[in-house]
Amino acid sequence: MGKHTVHFVDTGESLACSDTDNLLRSMEKLGRKGIPVGCRNGGCGVCKVQVLGGSCERRVMSRAHVGIDEEAQGYALACRIIPTSDLSVKVIGKMGRAFASVHTNPSTGE
Amino acid sequence: MGMTGVLRPGHAAIRVLDMKEATHFYGEVLGLIEVGRDSYGRVYYRAWDERDHHSIVLREADSAGIDFFGFKVDSVATLDRLEAETQAYGLKTSRVPAGDLLQTGERVRVEIVSGHTIELYAEKGKANSPQMVDNPPPWNSESERGIAPIRLDHALLYGPDIEKVQDYFVKVLGFYLTEQILMEDGKTQLAIWLACSNKAHDIAFVRHHEPNKLHHVSFLLDTWEKVLRAADIMSMNKISIDMGPTRHGVTRGTTIYAFDPSGNRFETFSGGYQTYPDWDPLTWTWDEVGAAVYYHDRALNPAFLEVVT
Repeated sequence: MGKHTVHFVDTGESLACSDTDNLLRSMEKLGRKGIPVGCRNGGCGVCKVQVLGGSCERRVMSRAHVGIDEEAQGYALACRIIPTSDLSVKVIGKMGRAFASVHTNPSTGE
Repeated sequence: MGMTGVLRPGHAAIRVLDMKEATHFYGEVLGLIEVGRDSYGRVYYRAWDERDHHSIVLREADSAGIDFFGFKVDSVATLDRLEAETQAYGLKTSRVPAGDLLQTGERVRVEIVSGHTIELYAEKGKANSPQMVDNPPPWNSESERGIAPIRLDHALLYGPDIEKVQDYFVKVLGFYLTEQILMEDGKTQLAIWLACSNKAHDIAFVRHHEPNKLHHVSFLLDTWEKVLRAADIMSMNKISIDMGPTRHGVTRGTTIYAFDPSGNRFETFSGGYQTYPDWDPLTWTWDEVGAAVYYHDRALNPAFLEVVT
């Protein structure tokens, strides 16, 4: 089983990933944090990243969260990409906004 | 007879990203019975103890989520009446012809203010399982295959303006509020649970900035032990578990939240309690919101409010 190193450009941290697990799973199974964990199956979009360098296998993921144009710019859901080389990655997904929105106008969420 | 009008949740139409993965999960792991496929490629399932033709419809799409959630009503006359009353209330309706869903009569679609599509229908074919109707055994081989829930039980949907959603469900569809969680101001509802029967909930809503979101579709199990068995089956099959097994404060259900292979959350739960429409709703305050949702942890996980499809 091959190993690739994934570099997180925002924090300077790196993560050893197998070439059989998706990026999110590689992070979770080591108890590491950094990418928000949601459904783990390509549907909810919270683990969105941008791959800035390197290559990976991409599995089907929701177009609601990664559009065709975005895909061309390297955007992906971490639960749906399997590194095939070392990767350089920026974390895009954020959790923690929901409590902000419930404190604002309940009708509009604005 | 006490139960008239809207009888029960009848179907959930779920979008999946990969039909092959989805049918393996819904058919083999969750253990629903595949009952048909239509010319659009949709795949139909029912749970082993359900009496109608289907309760789950899968459609392959490029995004996950829910297309619509349907309720069975007691007659065609009720369907016509509820359509007229919905229009008089001021919500837009449309009709879907009989046969669009396999073995299903005409459906009335309602676009509710949270952005979801709710359907009402009066007619659906019967489950083809005479062995469960004549001299029925208490269980059969289908009840032991996979997680094997008894039935589709309810859904929790996320969207804006849930107080208006409640007003429509109560005033027009005859539901009643069983429980609610209030926000910090002690007035605004964060979440509502509504029943058309004597269940603790037939549908629920959480206030959310984005419309038309699915939090989960829920399946009923007999016992807490079956919930633990479901968790074992999920881990054996590397199913993504969100929370549990644990207990909800709201409804008292013992529960697991997990995700189908497209990231749609589902629940397998048991328990809850019986309700009556003259009862006052149970209220959870903001300082106990954690216990309301997860009674043992007494804290929300971030995914509860933010991970939806």
